[in-house]
Amino acid sequence: MSDVDSVRDVVAVVLLLAGAFLCLTAGLGLVRFHDVLTRMHAGTKPQVLGILLIMIGGAIRLEGWSATWMLLLVAVFQMLTAPVSAHMISRVAYRRRHVRRDLLLVDELRTGEAADRLYRGDEPADAPPEEPATALEESRRDEGTLPPA
Amino acid sequence: MSAGGRAVGTDPGGEGLAHQLKHQVPLMLWLVFVWMLLWGTWSWANLISGSVVALAVTVLLPLPPVIGGARVHPVGLAVFVGYFFVDLVRSAALVAWQTLRPGGIGNSAIIQVQMRTDSDLLLTIVAESLTLVPGSVVIDMDRERRTLSLHILHVRDLADVESRRAAVLAEEERVVRAFGSPDEIAALAHAPGEAPVATGRRTP
Repeated sequence: MSDVDSVRDVVAVVLLLAGAFLCLTAGLGLVRFHDVLTRMHAGTKPQVLGILLIMIGGAIRLEGWSATWMLLLVAVFQMLTAPVSAHMISRVAYRRRHVRRDLLLVDELRTGEAADRLYRGDEPADAPPEEPATALEESRRDEGTLPPA
Repeated sequence: MSAGGRAVGTDPGGEGLAHQLKHQVPLMLWLVFVWMLLWGTWSWANLISGSVVALAVTVLLPLPPVIGGARVHPVGLAVFVGYFFVDLVRSAALVAWQTLRPGGIGNSAIIQVQMRTDSDLLLTIVAESLTLVPGSVVIDMDRERRTLSLHILHVRDLADVESRRAAVLAEEERVVRAFGSPDEIAALAHAPGEAPVATGRRTP
């Protein structure tokens, strides 16, 4: 075995291990983070870089160009699709209000106090109002069984 | 560019063969390229079978054309790609550290950022690269008002929120300088929210 080969092997092993480690932290993030939105961060950034490193390591270690092209395609589509799926899941999670609001410093997407208390069009029928007592009072005012405030 | 007058209210399919070809040919070339990469070797048989598959895909599963298309500025593209990979490594390392450290993560934030560009393609590239790079995930996009809503992992205080907002606008500027038309690059000089909406609008 020549020196060039062993250097190549060392580089490939380092890249594969680093990639595997990053994918492990992505899994850890899914367990340790608090809500869907923060978990999506763990599911996109370390995981995509981990896949990229594993692909580079594999391309160095595997012989023949045909495998390299395939790995390149995997990397490209990973970078194209991971943000889209993270975005779709985050959007659904926000609209279904799976958000730990107590851990948010600011929320500029929220449309106002009153708008969130009662049901709106985007939410599923089984989503509870955020403040049940106020929502009940307000819906009774709308019906006319309680006098307006 | 006369796209503003042409694009509004016209049916993309009814503009003649030349216009359709202009939008379908790059897509077909890309499909043939992917086909060749999947086979891994170059041969005439691969080229011909790839062309047949690409033709079948574009005819059977037509996509709406991207209005305007992209212009590529080599210097801007190099800057964008360079920042992209540096940011990718940095944010991956940061998130990896935040999952491992004993304290976990602190507060996060949801911010709305007013974009200056008004093109579907550029906003798509901005949103894709923002989710991958600087600690943010795009939650929602208001196409009419050109705002992006992002979830930001780990902010300490309000000054931190403002610096993240500036980072998002910087990312937008790099994307526009890499792929935008001269009009759109000029629109970067306007303050967010004041940029002209009607001129050169690249959306159907």
